[in-house]
Amino acid sequence: MSINSSNIGKIRADFPILGLQVSGKPLVYLDNAASSQMPQQVIDRIVRYQKEEHSNIHRAVHYLSELATKEFEAARVKVQHFLNAKESREIIFTRGTTEAINLVMHGYGRAFIGKGDEIVLSAMEHHANIVPWQMLAQEKGAVLRVIPMNDAGELLIEEFEALFNEKTKFLALSHVSNALGTVNPVKQMTAFAHRHGVPVLLDGAQAAPHQPIDVQDLDCDFYAFSGHKLCGPTGIGALYGRAQLLEKMQPFQGGGDMILSVTFEKTTYNVIPSKFEAGTPPIMAAIGLGAAIDYLNGIGIANIDAYVKELLNYATERVSAMPGVRIIGTAKHKAAVLSFEINGVHPHDVGTILNEDGIAIRTGHHCAQPVMQRFHVPATARASFAFYNTKEEIDKLVKGIKKVQEMFS
Amino acid sequence: MSDMKQLYQEVILDHNRKPRNFGTIPGANRHADGHNPLCGDHIKLSVNVQDNKIETIAFEGEGCAICKASASMMTGAVKGKVVQDAEIMVEEFRGMATGTLDPETQANHLGKLKIFAGVKDLPSRVKCAILPWHTLHAALNAEASISTEGEVDPVPGTGIGEE
Ligand SMILES: Cc1ncc(COP(=O)(O)O)c(C=O)c1O
Repeated sequence: MSINSSNIGKIRADFPILGLQVSGKPLVYLDNAASSQMPQQVIDRIVRYQKEEHSNIHRAVHYLSELATKEFEAARVKVQHFLNAKESREIIFTRGTTEAINLVMHGYGRAFIGKGDEIVLSAMEHHANIVPWQMLAQEKGAVLRVIPMNDAGELLIEEFEALFNEKTKFLALSHVSNALGTVNPVKQMTAFAHRHGVPVLLDGAQAAPHQPIDVQDLDCDFYAFSGHKLCGPTGIGALYGRAQLLEKMQPFQGGGDMILSVTFEKTTYNVIPSKFEAGTPPIMAAIGLGAAIDYLNGIGIANIDAYVKELLNYATERVSAMPGVRIIGTAKHKAAVLSFEINGVHPHDVGTILNEDGIAIRTGHHCAQPVMQRFHVPATARASFAFYNTKEEIDKLVKGIKKVQEMFS
Repeated sequence: MSDMKQLYQEVILDHNRKPRNFGTIPGANRHADGHNPLCGDHIKLSVNVQDNKIETIAFEGEGCAICKASASMMTGAVKGKVVQDAEIMVEEFRGMATGTLDPETQANHLGKLKIFAGVKDLPSRVKCAILPWHTLHAALNAEASISTEGEVDPVPGTGIGEE
């Protein structure tokens, strides 16, 4: 069922926080790219787990431990289907996108990338997909090569292809940019990298919340996302990894659960995915993530995709018609994110003044300082949408922007 | 009056539009750069100190209205002051912005700068208001550059850069 004005009220009613008043006004939450809100169904699932099902997993034979293990592993299968991975052992629970990328850097990068090797990244990466690779490059004497973009915030595909040579060992790329909203042609770029025998990691933090993801169709080697950006809890996310690659990788952290046997002389590591899940995981959060995926599936990811695109188009139309406002990120293919700049007003002042009307947007560099440098701005204001937002909320944003302009005129 | 309205009073908007003592001073003998990496605020301060007195002071840089107005009003407030008195004002301003000094009930030398008292209720904006004062402190103590992150963070954990 598509999302429209007749059922949006019912969807919004699932989210208790959307009833909040901020500065005496109804909350207008437009900071979904930073973190989304949680529906009652997910909250209830978490509460039920803590009240009736909690114990440590994979460790004991008693009732609760078996129940918790079963629910935890069921959540893994939900993630598997959510990404259309071939097998559930290709899903590793992590703390989020950041930890997933760091896992690949340690497990794959430190084992298979060496001196003089080249790692290809894009100019629009989040710091989470830059800094780990920079750390690896420093450690190994490898080199980072950066795919440039045009003024609309689109990657230059010819220049991307020209970066590849026999030293290229890895491609790390965001599916959707959090600062610009650009949807990158990741399937085509992955296919190109594979023709050069180069494995590909896709940062799906901003893509997974809004569009159907099929890792087999994308044919990527790794895919990372965060639960808290798709109506789940913080502290949980997942890494998809192709089984053959995960098997030959080094473990990430050492500890309990990731071993088969330990003596002081030698440890034999567990099979995947356990090999990458040392210690007690965030069980409650993983089960909450499973519930969030159920919730999104109940609405339909394709319906979410269509509705959020409609919101973005509406917001783009209205904001681009305002004199003195510049939209940063005008790619042809965009998702959910509207970054903008108001002539003569610093984004932080914009954020503070909008907050007065209960409007929550993000201001700053969005953990993508190279993007800010590319567009010669210190920071931007960013509204980002979710399927529970409305056109009326976008109208309030537009009114808020006018108020800022009047104050600063 | 709301926190926001109290902060964005006409005086502050006016200093933002027409910052006073904006530019550099040729031959200044104290310089410091202040940087707030989380929001991109950047203040370059040049100060000329003669006989322990701030003879002239000017700033350049970019930042939000709170930061620019704070820098502009600071330069006016400390010009002509002896170094020790300016340092007392640095401490007082920091106290006011972080809520440890109530300028209405506790003795201070802040005068018109009291207009910034409202930032204490907007934790994410405290750093913007304090940055020029930290930079002044650095200039007077011959530190070339400071940043309102890390150990000089006036209010740890209120950074607005992460997501
Ligand atoms: C594109 C992108 N990558 C990575 C991350 C990091 O996600 P997390 O902080 O949940 O690990 C984010 C979050 O803002 C993001 O937007």
